[in-house]
Amino acid sequence: MFQVRIHGRGGQGVVTAAELLSAAAFAGGLWSQAFPSFGSERTGAPVVAYCRIDDHEIRTREPVVEPDALIVQDVTLIHQVDLFAGLKPEGYVLMNSGRSFEELGLGDLVLRLPRDHMLNVPATELALKHTGRPVPNAVLLGGLAAVSGVVPLDAVRDAITQRFTGSVAEANVAAAQEAYDFVKNEEGVLAHASPD
Amino acid sequence: MLRQIEGSRAVAEVVSMCRPEVVCAYPISPQTHIIEAVGRKVKSGELAPCEFINVESEFAAMSVSIGASAAGARAYTATASQGLLFMIEAVFNAAGLGLPIVMTLANRAIGAPINIWNDHSDAMAVRDSGWVQLFAETNQDAADLHIQAFRLAEEVSLPVMVCMDGYVLTHAVERVDLPGQQEVDSFLPPYVPRQVLDPSEPVSIGAMVGPEAFEEVRYLAHVRQLQALELIPEVAGEFAEHFGRPAGGFVRPYRTEGAETIVVAMGSVLGTIKDTVDALREKGTAVGVLGITSFRPFPGAALRDGLAGAKRVVVVEKAFSIGFGGVLSTDVAMALTGLSIPVSTVVAGLGGRPIMGKSLAAVFVDADHGRLGELTFLDLRKDLIDKELARMADRRRSGPTAENVLRDAQSVLPSLT
Repeated sequence: MFQVRIHGRGGQGVVTAAELLSAAAFAGGLWSQAFPSFGSERTGAPVVAYCRIDDHEIRTREPVVEPDALIVQDVTLIHQVDLFAGLKPEGYVLMNSGRSFEELGLGDLVLRLPRDHMLNVPATELALKHTGRPVPNAVLLGGLAAVSGVVPLDAVRDAITQRFTGSVAEANVAAAQEAYDFVKNEEGVLAHASPD
Repeated sequence: MLRQIEGSRAVAEVVSMCRPEVVCAYPISPQTHIIEAVGRKVKSGELAPCEFINVESEFAAMSVSIGASAAGARAYTATASQGLLFMIEAVFNAAGLGLPIVMTLANRAIGAPINIWNDHSDAMAVRDSGWVQLFAETNQDAADLHIQAFRLAEEVSLPVMVCMDGYVLTHAVERVDLPGQQEVDSFLPPYVPRQVLDPSEPVSIGAMVGPEAFEEVRYLAHVRQLQALELIPEVAGEFAEHFGRPAGGFVRPYRTEGAETIVVAMGSVLGTIKDTVDALREKGTAVGVLGITSFRPFPGAALRDGLAGAKRVVVVEKAFSIGFGGVLSTDVAMALTGLSIPVSTVVAGLGGRPIMGKSLAAVFVDADHGRLGELTFLDLRKDLIDKELARMADRRRSGPTAENVLRDAQSVLPSLT
């Protein structure tokens, strides 16, 4: 089972991100379960949503406490929420930021996780560029597809076009594609920089 | 057709395929998504003929449902928590009058303290109202139970409440196999009322009944519940044949063969319990689980059969009778009369507290070792209880309990669980 925890703030499409991810997994013939941690989201308040993916029926209804991947849609949560609680040692971290982990004060995390498992993506910028709105959720799913391979980018694209229509869908697909390419490029840079 | 869909949306799709002619509801979380989706179908004409009636309260929602049903229409509504309490007089009336209304109850805690999250306090508060109460384990279950609910309700002329865990199910997006309209049509015939307000054949419905006949009318309500008890497995069997998957019925055993400890529960927590049972079985602990689908009518004989081989029974329930203990446990203990199988109650998940497999496993192991008490509150924060009790002992004006405990709870770093 692959478990994802998505952190963000009300209005950033956190719950939608988990639902899109589950739809992408479903499109690939997998079982998936997406659910929010809190029912009463308010704009700006911290929100958490979860997605589980497996090749058989998922029965548990627990919140995800030991995620395989973390998506952080808003880095200002670093000082407010215990974002990395329970993260597996080989887990993935994808954050919405143009800065480095060291600049964000997360140097310790860099030492803990495989270096190519953690990436920053300027998702709000990409979202603004393509959609004109600062909603980074679909963008980060493109990034997750690239960094973890848990779902292929095609499936993310399908999930977006099923959920949204017309230009909104197109713009989000383009933004997710650019995030995917951005992460693949970053991974290339990291691999090149690696001492071995 | 297989869909990856939110529980509320799946229920709305299925309810719509059951062709209700009147839908009347008042929004309340976590039920709202269901009614919004049904409302959209009425507005778009996809669900027709159907009248969606906006009202000013839950009391009106159930009252209008009663009127619609008495006039011969198939009536549907949904509510939760305080909404159910606000309509409670009409809830009892619907059952007393024998009107086959179907209602989704998106289970949610009851205040005070106000809390919008999931537990079963609302369903338990109307346990004795005369409604049939079915509990869904998954969203597939929730969808399937609604189709059965209309069949059951109309055949025995009783209202049926489909209980699904608020947020845990209503807001969960997961795989649901949705039937086609024709499949539902051939399973659910048009509503033929047993009693109807018809100007061409006038009757009155809702007479005042004095001591000369009240007990008899009440007894007949019980008889109708007993008829439902006979009908539930029949409808479940027919459903399985028609739709090609099991749903409904009385109880669902899982790994109860050779189990010394059998856990009993209702609703979505059964999924977490099944995973826990699997993990414990691997370690050699002889534990199994029996899920209850039909809470009212209560399938006492099926429970007795399912639990007769156990050395002990642990009832995990999301509600309790304050000043007494378990609600479901009491019924389970009654079903086991004379079998000398001890029943322990574990109250869990109140007000949306996540029920963790790890905590359940510890309790089941305690039970297996014969050291689980009669009444346990899962993951109870004893430090918070002690603090407030000390405050109350310390001074007369100790203040409001909820605010005090909340302040203490928030003085430590918030945890994700």
